[in-house]
Amino acid sequence: MATTYDIATKQAEHEQDSLAPVVAVENVYKSFDSYKVLNGISLSVNRGETLAVLGRSGTGKSVLLRLIIGLDRPDSGAIRIHGQAIAGLALDRMGEIRKKMGFLFQQAALYDSLTVQENVVFPLEHHRRDMSKSERADRVRQLLAEVGLDSDIDKMPSDISGGMQKRVGLARALALEPEILLLDEPTAGLDPISSAEINELILKLQKERRMASIVVTHDLHSARTIAGRLALLNEGDVAIEGTFEDLQQSDIGFVMEFLKQS
Amino acid sequence: MSDRGFPAVASLNAPLPVRRPEHPSAVAGYATKLFNGFFEWFGSLGIFSWQVLRAAVTPPYEWRELIRQLDEVGSKSLPLVAMAGAAIGVILSLEARYSLSRFGAKSMFPATLVYSVIQVMGPVVTGLVVSGRVGAGMGAELASMKVTEQIDAIEASAINPYRLLAAPRILACILMLPLLTVATDACALMTGWFAQAMVEPLSFHQFITNGFNGATFSAFLPQTFKTSVYGLIIGLIACFQGMRTRGGAAGVGRAATNSVVLASLFLILADVILVKFILVFFS
Repeated sequence: MATTYDIATKQAEHEQDSLAPVVAVENVYKSFDSYKVLNGISLSVNRGETLAVLGRSGTGKSVLLRLIIGLDRPDSGAIRIHGQAIAGLALDRMGEIRKKMGFLFQQAALYDSLTVQENVVFPLEHHRRDMSKSERADRVRQLLAEVGLDSDIDKMPSDISGGMQKRVGLARALALEPEILLLDEPTAGLDPISSAEINELILKLQKERRMASIVVTHDLHSARTIAGRLALLNEGDVAIEGTFEDLQQSDIGFVMEFLKQS
Repeated sequence: MSDRGFPAVASLNAPLPVRRPEHPSAVAGYATKLFNGFFEWFGSLGIFSWQVLRAAVTPPYEWRELIRQLDEVGSKSLPLVAMAGAAIGVILSLEARYSLSRFGAKSMFPATLVYSVIQVMGPVVTGLVVSGRVGAGMGAELASMKVTEQIDAIEASAINPYRLLAAPRILACILMLPLLTVATDACALMTGWFAQAMVEPLSFHQFITNGFNGATFSAFLPQTFKTSVYGLIIGLIACFQGMRTRGGAAGVGRAATNSVVLASLFLILADVILVKFILVFFS
C-alpha cells in the first residue's frame, strides 16, 4: 500500500522531471569543410519555455535547429531530447523522437504537389492511422482554424501568400501535438503586419500548449515579443543568454552593437 | 585596375594570355581529387542503397506511393517506348532485308528480326528511352524537393524519406521495365513485319511462325527480365542523384542530367555483364 512518503517522493520526482530540460545542447561543435559554424555552444530549454536564438546571418542559428531535429550531426558534443542523446541514432529510432517535435522551416517547405489540406494531413496519414479519414479531416480543419486559415484549404502552396504558407507550415508542425516546437525565422520575408500576426499566433499557441520552443530569428522585436529568454550567438557560441533586460544591461561590445543596430 | 579602382574590362581585341604549363603537383592534386571523388561517389551510393533496402523491407509499406509510381513509370512511358519500338522495327527491317539479300538468306528475315529485337535491341532501347524520360523526371523532381527542403520536411515529420520516396520509385522501375520491354518488342515486330510486307507479301502468321520457329522460352525470357536490372539502375541512380542535390536551380539541372547520363552509362555496362551471364547460364 502506498504511503504518504511514497506519494510525496513520486510527486517530487515528477516535479524534478518537469524541471529537467526538454532540449539540452551540450558543448556542440559543427564545421562545414574548414568553416567552424558552432564552437562549443551550450543551451537548454524547459517545458513551457520559449528561447529565442539571435545573431547575425551565418552564425549557425539555423544549423543549431537542424542539429536539434537531427537533420545534421554535430562533430562533437551532445544534443539531448528528454535526456536522451540523439546523435548517431538510427533513422527509425530518431523518427520516434521526432514525433514529439514540430519544425517550421524558414520557407515553410510545403509539399508543392499537395494542397494546403493535404500538406497538413500528411503527418497524420503516416502516424495516426488509428484515426478515420473523417477524424483526420476534422483535425486538419481545427488546426487550420487555429492558425487563422479557414478558407483556401484546397489551394496549392504556390497559390497562397508567404504569410499563409508560414501558417500552413505551422499547422503542419502542430499536427502531431508536439512537445517541442522549433521555428526557423518565422517572420523572415514577411511584411510588418504579417510578422505581428505570426508573433501573436505563436504566443497564443505557446500559452495554450505549453511546449518547449526554440525560435531562431534575427528580428529582435519578434524575439522580445514571443520569447521569455534570448540567446545571442557570436562566432559560434552564446555571447549572452538571459532576458531582454539582461541584454540591455550587458557591457559586451558585440551585444551593445547588435542592440544598437536592431 | 582602372583609375576608379574597378577591374578594367578586357578588350575583345586584346591578345589571349599565354597559358603557363600546369605545375606537376597541381596535376597530381587534381588527379587525386578526381580519384577520391570517384570512390566517394560509389561509397555514398552504397550507403544510399543500403538505406533504401532497409526501408523497403520494413513496414509500414507505402503501397499508395508505389501504385502512383507504377503509373508514372509504366503507363506514362508506354507511348514513348511503343514509338521507339515501332521505329527500330522499321529500321531493322530495312537493314536486315538489304543485308540478308546480299547473302542470299532472305528466308532468315523473320528469325533475324525476332531475335534481334527480343534479344538485343528491344531491351537496350527500352532501357535507354526510359532512362531518359524517367531518370530525368525522377532526378529533377527529387532534386527540386531537396533544394526546397521538402525532403528535410518529410524527415522532420518522422517519415523515412527512403521508404516514402526512393523505395517505391526504384521498385516501380524494376517491375515496369520488363513490361515496357514487351511493349517495345511487340511494336518493333509489328512494324518490322509491316515494312517487309510492303515490299514482299508475307502474312503476319507466317512471319511469327518462321520467326519463333524452334525457339524456347529460355531464348527470350532472360533477355526480357534482365531489364529489371536496368530498372534498378535507373531508379537507384535517379533517386540518389536527386536526393543529394545541392545548389538551387543549377543543382536541379545537374541532377537531372547526371541521372540520365550515369543511368545510361551503367545500363550499357551492365548489359555487357548480363549478356555474358545469360549466355553462360541460359544458353
